[in-house]
Amino acid sequence: MMMQAMSAMFEALRQKFGQQVQSVRADGEGEIYIVLGDADIRPITEHLRGEFGARLVTVFAEDRRATEGVFFNYYVLEQKGSAQYLIVRAPVGADSLEFPSLSAQLPSVNWQEREIQDWFGLKAVGHPNPRRVALHDNWPDVYPLRKDFPIETVLPPFEGERHIYRPAFGEGVLQVPVGPVHAGIIEPGHFNFAVAGEPILYLQLRMFYTHKGTEKLFEKLPIHKAVFLAESISGDSSFSHGTAFCQAIEHAADIEVPLRGLVMRTILLELERICNHVADIGAIANDVGFVMANAHASRLKETLVTLNEQMTGSRLLRGMICIGGVRRGWEQAQLDALRNAVDSFACEFQDLVDMIESSESTRDRLEQTGVLRPDKARDLGIVGVGGRASGVDLDVRRDHPYAAYARYSFRVPVYQAGDVWHRMQVRVDEVNESVGILRSAMEDGLQREFRVPVPAIPSHRCALSAVEGWRGEIVHWIRTGPDNHLQRCKIKDPSLNNWPAVVEAVQGNIIADFPVINKSFNLSYSGTDR
Amino acid sequence: MFKILQKMASTGIVTANYPAEPANISERFRGRPAFDFDKWKDARPAAEVCPTGAISLSDKGDSRKVTVDYGLCVFCGLCAEASSDQAVRITQEFELATSDRRNLVVTAEYTLNADRAHRELRKVDRQLVNAETDVERLGQKARETIQKILGRSLAIREVDAGSCNGCELEIVALNNPVHDIERFGIQFVASPRHADMLLVTGPVTRNMELALLKTHRAMAEPKVVVAVGACGISGGIFGVNYASLGGVDKVLPVDVYIPGCPPRPQALLHGILLAVGHLAERLHNHRAG
Repeated sequence: MMMQAMSAMFEALRQKFGQQVQSVRADGEGEIYIVLGDADIRPITEHLRGEFGARLVTVFAEDRRATEGVFFNYYVLEQKGSAQYLIVRAPVGADSLEFPSLSAQLPSVNWQEREIQDWFGLKAVGHPNPRRVALHDNWPDVYPLRKDFPIETVLPPFEGERHIYRPAFGEGVLQVPVGPVHAGIIEPGHFNFAVAGEPILYLQLRMFYTHKGTEKLFEKLPIHKAVFLAESISGDSSFSHGTAFCQAIEHAADIEVPLRGLVMRTILLELERICNHVADIGAIANDVGFVMANAHASRLKETLVTLNEQMTGSRLLRGMICIGGVRRGWEQAQLDALRNAVDSFACEFQDLVDMIESSESTRDRLEQTGVLRPDKARDLGIVGVGGRASGVDLDVRRDHPYAAYARYSFRVPVYQAGDVWHRMQVRVDEVNESVGILRSAMEDGLQREFRVPVPAIPSHRCALSAVEGWRGEIVHWIRTGPDNHLQRCKIKDPSLNNWPAVVEAVQGNIIADFPVINKSFNLSYSGTDR
Repeated sequence: MFKILQKMASTGIVTANYPAEPANISERFRGRPAFDFDKWKDARPAAEVCPTGAISLSDKGDSRKVTVDYGLCVFCGLCAEASSDQAVRITQEFELATSDRRNLVVTAEYTLNADRAHRELRKVDRQLVNAETDVERLGQKARETIQKILGRSLAIREVDAGSCNGCELEIVALNNPVHDIERFGIQFVASPRHADMLLVTGPVTRNMELALLKTHRAMAEPKVVVAVGACGISGGIFGVNYASLGGVDKVLPVDVYIPGCPPRPQALLHGILLAVGHLAERLHNHRAG
């Protein structure tokens, strides 16, 4: 059946685009690769988006000069209503070093194409703003993700020019630079606000301050050690990124995780979600002066991370995920603790929500603040919490079920208003849904083995893996190499898509509301910068 | 309003009294791995699985030097799982902060059998330079210092110099009602100009090097620097590469190192209180001379 559908797709694409389409093949159940012989992907992605309602998930490059004489660009698309991802692979000549840019039509790949420029030295031809993004402007011309660039390279002190922000003109218009060191205990990034009095006209962002060579490092570490690197991509999503990574390896090596392992993963993924959502709900209230709500929320979060520690030995759920399942089983005492904690959490959480909802002044500050309109969210490719508050109905748990999610029913909350209040409302709804998932999962399949032994990981396999982290869609793509090492690992944190949403949402708002608008998205700088 | 008051009353006081009382932690918490060097028959399995190279070996002829560096350790517990001889045990110890980087390193020397397993333990080297082991006394002393010398307030400026945000989560937790660091008169401030202490998480990236230096420069003397977490101490799993300089002490003089991945809030508090002692000393010298 699948073979038939695929040859039909191949014939159709052949008819339309001729020899440019070399082959269509399935790699496992989750992905279909469309292999092109030409770098011009524009008509094909246009066709796929039109014909299949496909959404461009991520774009990334790979240096295959040593074996195939070219670079490859990969365009991952999601088809509406299908659990299979379409991956279009296009060669980029080692002599021309150019590929056509999609950013003018698809602003969602703006940063990702520029990342390819910076890390691989491939030029995105026709990019509306081709300046540096992933390496800062003062870096020398190095391409760290090329295979001939050793990771240990020590670069001399940077002497290049620092980034020049676009000036903003007009009577009474000021530019306010903020960061990279911020007032609070948060990650570093630079924000340049152009303001006319209080309202923000235009926000320019500089990220990648925490770029630490993560993707390159994945090529150096043995695979079982790389699991710990995956846990350190973004600290608050340790378990989600760890799971995404392990799933990718499991797909590549045809490892089947036993049901109990899948159920335990599901439980831990949901614990990570509610932990972070509760903290965010408190922080949003705090940013408009409702300190009391934050005190309760942060106390609740503390009880949850204490539970995390009891379930995994780590407050951030670290050191629990492994290839083939999870590292440790649970004893009855732990399951009882989990059950009790979920019950008392559910009551306390309702109190917290009531407290916030009954505060008129809080509602007043959050409604109509930082609006991201649904059409903008769609165009910019916004995912996760920020997307769902603005009408983007995506959730990897439902659309591409992994772990044990197919076994449980849950609702995906979607709102159209797109303001801070509704981004908080999405979190509130999701916490309630998570409690439901936890309650079902706790009764489910916890009696059998939770881990299978892992064979040597076969070489030259590619795999894609997606996880709905608490922030949104996490995607890992890997190519395995010899000796239990990877040749490439692409990490796409939802933050990478979502920063443009912050830029869009703050426009016209007063600068004093920036913190709460930023918090309502709560993007990961480390996940973005890697 | 009534609801809020009612909630306050029903919640009561939740603040823990660490370090005056021992920390309330789960029995499953993974703290410092402890090594029974006499019993250890083979260090190779543990070194093989260690994700950050915290356990490393150097063999010369029929002798082996094993180095354990808690400044690199991410407390994953794999070393204990890999060592079949029960010589590696995961403890609940978390108060590992120290002012001397050498204190975090333990070495052991063995002679080897033909199969490269250990024959005999020759010596164990632990530095333990000026280590403060009485945590309760440390807390008491720090409280007095803050009261008397620092005018009842210690101001900390936190800088994320490249971390994964894990350490920040635990630093933020110091402000929650359970850990409530303000009970010591300690607060986190927005400006380095107001700060006595710089709390830095790492690894220090090439892109944050300048911002970190400028923040440190903006602080008034006397000041102390605390490096947080495996990455802040040594670069951790990221190590040194084209984008990462490694630990904070590659860029700034560090007064206290707090191991962990991330260090739990009580471990952070322990390290911060340790650094208060350094600050008091420096303040004394500053005023005297």
